[in-house]
Amino acid sequence: MLKIKNLHASVEGEKILKGINLEINPGEVHAIMGPNGSGKSTLASVIAGNEDFEVTEGDILFEKANISELSPEERAHKGIFLSFQYPVEIPGVSVTNFIKTSINQVRKSRGQKDMPANEMLKKIREKSALLEMDRKFLSRSLNEGFSGGEKKRNEIFQMAMLEPKLAILDETDSGLDIDALRIVSDGVNRLKTKDNATLVITHYQRLLDYVIPDVVHVLMDGKIVKSGGKELAKELEERGYDWLKEERAEMSS
Amino acid sequence: MELKEKLMSSYLAFEEHVDLENDIHQVRNKAIKFFEQTGFPTKKLEAWKYTSLNSILKEDYSIFPKKEDAIDYKDIKKYLIHDIDTYTIVFVDGIYSSHLSRTTHDKLDACLMSSALDKEKYKPVIDKYFNKIVPEESMSSLNTAFAKEGAYIRIPKNVVAEKPIQVMNFFTSNEAALMVQPRNLIIAEEGAHVQIIERHQSLTEQPVLTNSVTEVYVGKNAEVDYYKIQNDKTSSSLIDNTFIKQERDSICSMHTFSLGGKITRNNLKFYQHGENCNSILKGVTILEGKQHVDHNTLVHHTQPNCESHQDYKGIFSEKSVGVFNGNVLVDRIAQKTNAFQSNNNIIIDDTATCNSKPQLEIFADDVKCSHGCTIGQLDNEALYYMRSRGIPKKEARALLMFAFANNVLDSVKIPEIKKRITKQIALKLGVELGFNL
Repeated sequence: MLKIKNLHASVEGEKILKGINLEINPGEVHAIMGPNGSGKSTLASVIAGNEDFEVTEGDILFEKANISELSPEERAHKGIFLSFQYPVEIPGVSVTNFIKTSINQVRKSRGQKDMPANEMLKKIREKSALLEMDRKFLSRSLNEGFSGGEKKRNEIFQMAMLEPKLAILDETDSGLDIDALRIVSDGVNRLKTKDNATLVITHYQRLLDYVIPDVVHVLMDGKIVKSGGKELAKELEERGYDWLKEERAEMSS
Repeated sequence: MELKEKLMSSYLAFEEHVDLENDIHQVRNKAIKFFEQTGFPTKKLEAWKYTSLNSILKEDYSIFPKKEDAIDYKDIKKYLIHDIDTYTIVFVDGIYSSHLSRTTHDKLDACLMSSALDKEKYKPVIDKYFNKIVPEESMSSLNTAFAKEGAYIRIPKNVVAEKPIQVMNFFTSNEAALMVQPRNLIIAEEGAHVQIIERHQSLTEQPVLTNSVTEVYVGKNAEVDYYKIQNDKTSSSLIDNTFIKQERDSICSMHTFSLGGKITRNNLKFYQHGENCNSILKGVTILEGKQHVDHNTLVHHTQPNCESHQDYKGIFSEKSVGVFNGNVLVDRIAQKTNAFQSNNNIIIDDTATCNSKPQLEIFADDVKCSHGCTIGQLDNEALYYMRSRGIPKKEARALLMFAFANNVLDSVKIPEIKKRITKQIALKLGVELGFNL
């Protein structure tokens, strides 16, 4: 589904990603872990098409098509979804109206008509229940004055509504209390099918107790330095990242 | 001939058509003298620093249009709030159009200034209210000098006007540029309630200059809810002078939607004359091209325990110019005043200009006054966020601008106006939003 080849990216001239190779197949959950500043969020942004980042080398293929030159909205239309680490507050646009606009714009890009109002309403009810969201919450301005947990729940709610092929969860677990974490990860798990894929980006191993990854990658200094099964996450939790740094140093010497 | 000279000589002609014995004429004489001394305002005056009238004063305006009432309801329907029942006072080229209007004397007066000024039975009201709160300024004095026609609205004690009252001014002159000076008087007596909608709309491409004066008296415990819809052609200019006097426990809200016109100047002054008054001033300005809107507001707090809320939002693109000059004056005795003012602007491209100047003069020591003004661009992070949800850039920008202006619409109490302004804003931003925000 997603194939990243030798991806280099920089922001304001500073090189952040230095040759990423990654392949994710339908039905898989991949986790990317790594210390702060290793480039995890940059990778998420670059896949989503954030124009602040410049791809200097390499390609991103999504369902075999090169998407490196596509705008963020075109990528969303193809079925890529990014759950933001810091969701943006948009005063004056309600959660409901935002998701309606989003869904209908995606449908429009696929040559479909707007979703009928009753169908939309039913879906909003169903998905907000999945995330245990209060109905009042839906008429509030998007993310404005939301707690950290509410913001993240709202991200997963949007994901549930949009039903993406590839969902990238950027630090969705950071700052969540245990109840919110359970709700969010339950949501993610229930949205999983054999046809979609999930890329979980996290600093902590805790989320991976709930959302079980098929593959864990370790990102350090703009490169994937190690990949393994879910047990790699446990090992990182116990041993930290320093042993990997040493391992790398040994390898390069 | 320069416009000022033309107006001076027109005044002599005007005197042949009005009752010189009427007390009002003394008021007019005084006003024309003041205008003769001062002339039109220039950028040298602090209050006109960012707005020059030069470009509109050079036209050869016709001051007395001939009576030519050739328009039908179908020509103006779209400018009216026509989906609800209203009283409507329609002027065509400054002249009252009886067949387009629906006036009333039943329980309340929604009729004509000309009859109020001429008829004996209105004399006590005119003596009490006419030109009592209009400051000596050149534009309002000029209007006073030629004061003859406009809307006269009086809501007696404890009467609630069941229908909104629309005051509509249409311009149809095909041959010559036109200058009109409507004079409105609105009185809501103690406990009365009224909603008013005012609009100036040209139906031709000829230059129009409107210099209007509206006096609004809000009695004890009364409420006036006023909407000005300014979405005229780029050949038309408007100098709107509105003066509001509030008695104790009254509420007056003024929404000004400035969406089009060549030069629009809103002189909006609130004078509070009793305790526990609430003055609400809201504005949405969206401009493009070579349009210019200047909001010059004043709230004068003269008594304790009053409130004022000013919230003006502007979106400017291309070569448009926005000016906001918001004055708040709190007298020494006006303790416990709550006065809020905010003016937020978005500049879409580098060629647009915005001047924002809050002016607070506070002489009381136990008050809550705040002001904030911002001039910025659209939030790029918010744009990216929306685009990553599949909303294309153009729609995302429109939605953001819409949301920005939206909270001013929250306080609009007539749903038809809210719907219409929403639609006009969407149209202006060039997108079908597909839902009502």
